[in-house]
Amino acid sequence: MADTTLTHPAATSLRHVAYVLRSNPVTGVAFAMLAVILAAALLGPALAPYDPYASDAAHALEPPSWRHWFGTDNLGRDVFSRVLVATRLDLAISVSAVVLSFVVGSALGSAAGYWGGWTDRVLSRMFDTIMAFPLFVLAMGIVAALGNTVENVVYATAVINVPFYARLVRAEVNIRRESGFALAARLSGNADWRVLAFHIFPNALPPMMVQVSLNLGWAILNAAGLSFIGLGVRPPTAEWGIMVAEGANFIVSGEWWLAVFPGLALMFAVFTFNLLGDGLRDMVDPRMRT
Amino acid sequence: MAGRARIIASRVAQALPVVVGVVIVTFLLTRALPGDPAAYFAGPAANETSIAQIRAALGLDKSLPEQFAIYVWHLLQGDLGQSISTGQPVLEELVRRLPASLELTLTALLLSCSIALPLGVLAATRPGSWVDHLCRVLVTAGVSLPTFFTGLALVYVFYYLLGLAPSPIGRLDFVYLDPPRITGFFLIDAALAGDWETWAAAARQIVLPAVTLAMFTLAPISRITRASMLQALSSDFIRTARAAGLTRATVVYRYAFRNAMLPVLTTLGMVFSFTLGANVLVEKVFAWPGIGSFAVDALVVSDYAAVQGFVLAMALLFVVLNLAIDIAYTLVDPRIGFES
Repeated sequence: MADTTLTHPAATSLRHVAYVLRSNPVTGVAFAMLAVILAAALLGPALAPYDPYASDAAHALEPPSWRHWFGTDNLGRDVFSRVLVATRLDLAISVSAVVLSFVVGSALGSAAGYWGGWTDRVLSRMFDTIMAFPLFVLAMGIVAALGNTVENVVYATAVINVPFYARLVRAEVNIRRESGFALAARLSGNADWRVLAFHIFPNALPPMMVQVSLNLGWAILNAAGLSFIGLGVRPPTAEWGIMVAEGANFIVSGEWWLAVFPGLALMFAVFTFNLLGDGLRDMVDPRMRT
Repeated sequence: MAGRARIIASRVAQALPVVVGVVIVTFLLTRALPGDPAAYFAGPAANETSIAQIRAALGLDKSLPEQFAIYVWHLLQGDLGQSISTGQPVLEELVRRLPASLELTLTALLLSCSIALPLGVLAATRPGSWVDHLCRVLVTAGVSLPTFFTGLALVYVFYYLLGLAPSPIGRLDFVYLDPPRITGFFLIDAALAGDWETWAAAARQIVLPAVTLAMFTLAPISRITRASMLQALSSDFIRTARAAGLTRATVVYRYAFRNAMLPVLTTLGMVFSFTLGANVLVEKVFAWPGIGSFAVDALVVSDYAAVQGFVLAMALLFVVLNLAIDIAYTLVDPRIGFES
């Protein structure tokens, strides 16, 4: 009995996913790009042909060649290895920031949407206040105040993203608060938090997933921007933003490969998550397609 | 008209809690300094007594609410503290550098609007055409561009390879003198002084940073223009206008475009927020002497008063701009007047 009721919608949604993938091959490409990024993050250090931190003064500032695909930097380090190895750190920063804001935003948004009243008013004011700042500037201020470390970059990125999740969850929870299934769950003796967590909140997950994907790209850009201006990650760590910043000094003298390759890697990652987000939105809600 | 004034007044009143929130957050950020701020401000050569003196002078020995009251009192007098990197009051530095940032931001927004609006309108009026596809590609690619990277790429191509652009060293080449300061906008000041050579030099300097910022804002503006045009074009009053035999141009520009502009105006506020953030990065790439590069320089030497002043100034600027947009919206949209 449970089997038939469970497999049926699952099979339908699988068919729906297959249908969306067929009708929009770009989403399939986005998943392939995601696989490349994940592979680079997981296997990067093993795949890198050179030690990303080993300097070699004899081969400094060499243009791309068969020996060094992306050339070498001013200390003779292999740019390809550094770009590859940096994937893990960049992804780790943005994923942990997005996970943090997902969890905190879900909790606060659910509370605001479910209980309403003063909880809602105070929390909504808080989110409005965060949104009143230009977000990158607020992130700068937070990192400057808390101290210049990678963890604080994660916290700052998480804080500026919380309102997006919280508002989304608040709206989704609010419209379902009095719906039949929620009342039924409450009548059968579930505590408020149980109704909220296991009956109402799961309905907010599909739009949240879209938000997560779009947000990941944005979080990567944000973290790279912060390290570009010297916050968070410090040299000689391999990270895309700081590599672009270090390469910037060599652009005007024509050594373009120092900044261009990490910049392209950054764009590739952000582009992947944006494509994925658009594709997921098509799967979740075909009406929102533009 | 009285009703409209009341609407504007209530909108201004709504902005006040946000301003209070912004001030509280900035205050909390100043108090979250790692370690002892008094020891920090006293410098490395300080001893116990001088740290205690500084603590008393900064009011750090008082309770948090008292400190907040003092902070607000100083703010009301326009005192944002002293910048330790330049030795000047922070407010003075910000005021001196603000025109450079605003000139860049406004030029960029003007540029991106003049491209994004026609693009969005064309994409909406010709769905499925090459303009539509171009618009879609631009929208997805545009939001994936790291501004600091596009800036560097432009410098490489137009300065190093083609030699078309001047070197990225700020608002004006060293051989020119700053135009007499009237508005602080070099393009306007030079034009007012009738000094067209300086004007051309300033224009050459601003092109690349403005294009960099414009590329960044192109995506959201053309996306919302396309979406709201599509919505306007599919509404009943357009069908009526078409049925009444009005020309295509009248229908699209007089009827649809004017209605589609309202959501675009709202989005511009959001875009302005992004631009203020992106400004920091672009100013660093092009050595633009605006408030963004002031904040970055201050960050490097841990000049906290300057950074906090910058954050507060940016937030207040953004709140004021959103307020202005909302009021403009009230004035532009006659329906709001009719409701009251």
